[in-house]
Amino acid sequence: MHWSEDGIVLSARKHGESAAIIQLLTRMHGRHAGLVRGGAGRRARGIYQPGNRVTATWRARLEDHLGSYTCELLSSPAAALLDDPARLAGLAAACAMAAAALPERAPHPEVYDTFSALLERLAGDGTVIDWAEAYVRWELSLLAELGYGLDLSACAATGRNDGLAWVSPRSGRAVSLSAGEPYRDKLLPLPAFLLNGAASETPDRAEVIQGLTLTGHFLARHVFAANEQRIPAARQRLAARLGDAPAG
Amino acid sequence: MAGPEIERLIALLAKLPGLGPRSARRAALHLIERREAMLDPLARAMAEAAAKIRICATCGNLDSNSPCSICADPRRDPSVVCVVEGVADLWAIERTASFAGLYHVIGGTLSALDGVGPEDLNIAGLVARAERPETQEIILALSATVDGQTTAHYVADRLDALPEDVRPKLSRLAHGVPVGGELDYLDDGTLTAALKARRPV
Repeated sequence: MHWSEDGIVLSARKHGESAAIIQLLTRMHGRHAGLVRGGAGRRARGIYQPGNRVTATWRARLEDHLGSYTCELLSSPAAALLDDPARLAGLAAACAMAAAALPERAPHPEVYDTFSALLERLAGDGTVIDWAEAYVRWELSLLAELGYGLDLSACAATGRNDGLAWVSPRSGRAVSLSAGEPYRDKLLPLPAFLLNGAASETPDRAEVIQGLTLTGHFLARHVFAANEQRIPAARQRLAARLGDAPAG
Repeated sequence: MAGPEIERLIALLAKLPGLGPRSARRAALHLIERREAMLDPLARAMAEAAAKIRICATCGNLDSNSPCSICADPRRDPSVVCVVEGVADLWAIERTASFAGLYHVIGGTLSALDGVGPEDLNIAGLVARAERPETQEIILALSATVDGQTTAHYVADRLDALPEDVRPKLSRLAHGVPVGGELDYLDDGTLTAALKARRPV
């Protein structure tokens, strides 16, 4: 058995003296682990930093074996982010969430594509808001691919698609401003940049944090609590850091 | 093939870094054949180390005394504290003989994969040391990895939260081209970091 594909390193765990078990996010094979001989050694360790892009060849005798990877580095966005605490927190959170939430060996092309878009934004010259918006969209795609997509197209109570301002924390459906007013303490705010047809709107910091709260709630409830897990600490640190990070 | 004592010795040696079952067997045989020159002194040294070595209550270093010989050395500069992940890193910096300050071993890095959080690291001890008036600078000598630098930023945030009058200067190790490194053979990440950290000549 073997295949070759580009992938994004999600994690690397030392195995034995110099080998590493790495997890890649690939478009066609999803989150896929494999052994890299020498992967924890001095020369290769830099290749397997979370967020790095590699061309990987996976080989195993049987399909359900762990198998081994041979990888070639394509690009290392991680290195460019080491000095930027907020971007580094975004990268670490995205990798930790993908590693913890995605099932193994199940292809999720949409998640891969949005993850790639997020990496480009993280490595770009844009503002914190710019990449943080991409991060929220990536988590929305993660929820959707895992079967817990939010329905933000119309109000759950009235069926209308205008004036949407809230999301029900139970159903994940949008609620309009007027229909949700009596329950505003229990509903989650819906930032305008996540509304259908609002893709061109640039959010402000408060809206991005609302978006993170929204996706974090449903990921914690449906993905992690269902498996008796807690949302990764890296994701919590990102949310805390975005609350404090400078706007530039 | 051998008695249970020898088998146990081989099994324990095989767990050491760099040794596998075959090399452990060779090492065990080497020790046993040189009982007086190797085995007895090694056994005594190990028993002594097990009995005496402890973790320095100030910096987290390993030594037979607490405070350790580095913390207790009056020739060292107490105004500079170098933060390292582990004792191996402390030894690596000591080998260079280029740092005369004190150390603080935090005991690892934040790791989402391994579930290591801030409470698992000796960060509270570092904050307490930073508040002491003699501490003027803290050097973050953590790995140039995602986990290492995530930890460095976290520590920096914690130290930044100190009142301005007690907050020490913060610095970190440079990232870039190693001595003897040829540009053609360097990875993209190192070159990127080196370009970002370039200095006027």
